[in-house]
Amino acid sequence: MPLIMGMSVLLACQFAGELLARGLAMPVPGPVLGMVILLVGLVIRGRVPDSLRLTAEGLLRYLTLLFVPAGVGLMVHARLIGMDLVAILVTLVVSTALTLAVTAWVLDRLRRRMPGDHVP
Amino acid sequence: MTVVPLDQLWVYLSGHPLLSLLVTLLAFALAVRINRALGGTPLVHPVTLSIAMLIGFLLLVDMDYAAYFEGAQFIHFLLGPATVALAIPLYDHRERIRRLLGPLLLACVVGIVTAVGSTLGLALALGAQPETLLTLAPRSVTSPIAMGIAEQIGGIPSLAAGLVLLTGSIGCALGPGIFRLLRIRDPAVQGFALGLSAHGFGTAHAFARIGAMAGAFSGLAMGLTGLLTAFLLPLLVRLFGLG
Repeated sequence: MPLIMGMSVLLACQFAGELLARGLAMPVPGPVLGMVILLVGLVIRGRVPDSLRLTAEGLLRYLTLLFVPAGVGLMVHARLIGMDLVAILVTLVVSTALTLAVTAWVLDRLRRRMPGDHVP
Repeated sequence: MTVVPLDQLWVYLSGHPLLSLLVTLLAFALAVRINRALGGTPLVHPVTLSIAMLIGFLLLVDMDYAAYFEGAQFIHFLLGPATVALAIPLYDHRERIRRLLGPLLLACVVGIVTAVGSTLGLALALGAQPETLLTLAPRSVTSPIAMGIAEQIGGIPSLAAGLVLLTGSIGCALGPGIFRLLRIRDPAVQGFALGLSAHGFGTAHAFARIGAMAGAFSGLAMGLTGLLTAFLLPLLVRLFGLG
């Protein structure tokens, strides 16, 4: 039963998130709002039920697998990507490297100045 | 006993969700094995590898993407509850997140401006088509949000989703090298940078390779980036004179 209870909680939060996103025409996807709803629920309750933790950790362990079906969809756009291939690839690689470096550097600097945050 | 001809059997199998579901799982399992055999290098990410193998398989057996997705959608569907499940690591690390809230927000805005600014600047300089340009712009946010934004500013939504995934695999490949170069060892900082620049793909990578703390901060970055980009991007696009 724990897996069924855990999955029901996750799906219920996603459902509430979808309703909220569509009802208020927000540009944010339902599952992201569902995550916020669950987080608020957990803060109010004060602890994570074992059934929920079991299900969530199982799903998150295989998170990478869940991206595969959408990724295979790239084949549909092979021709469009081919037209601007060099521009797209150079832009993606350079810009992603820059974003990673800038974000990590800024956060690392700011974090070191915070009192009481002593993780190496 | 009569034996059914092989081509008839294939007609049945290729129209059935069972085949693409099984092939997806097998491709992923094989990709994980290959990655492990290569010493777990981030350059040949199991997801990128399984996507390449599956595209090869579909081209080989001449199956179109819609038919494949009939079966693969059962895996795809789990992305929704998995996103909701990110609330649990966030809850576990709530103390540290609350303490670092200011720096996290600031790093997030700086990261988004870097991502969008460098993407538009580079693509403009390299002479990409205007349509490609506007499709590239939202590539640093998680796919469903990117599709919405691309549509709003005049790009191609479904291609935007594909570019988001490409960005994700590039981010995972580059991440470890960049962190070593900048001497960044805090798993929270690594996770946050991965979540911001490589969204869901980066978050999955952070969970699988760095740990739960990195995963939590990565999920936080992904959500925060999505929310903030939806507001910032239309402004930045206008700034570049594209809107």
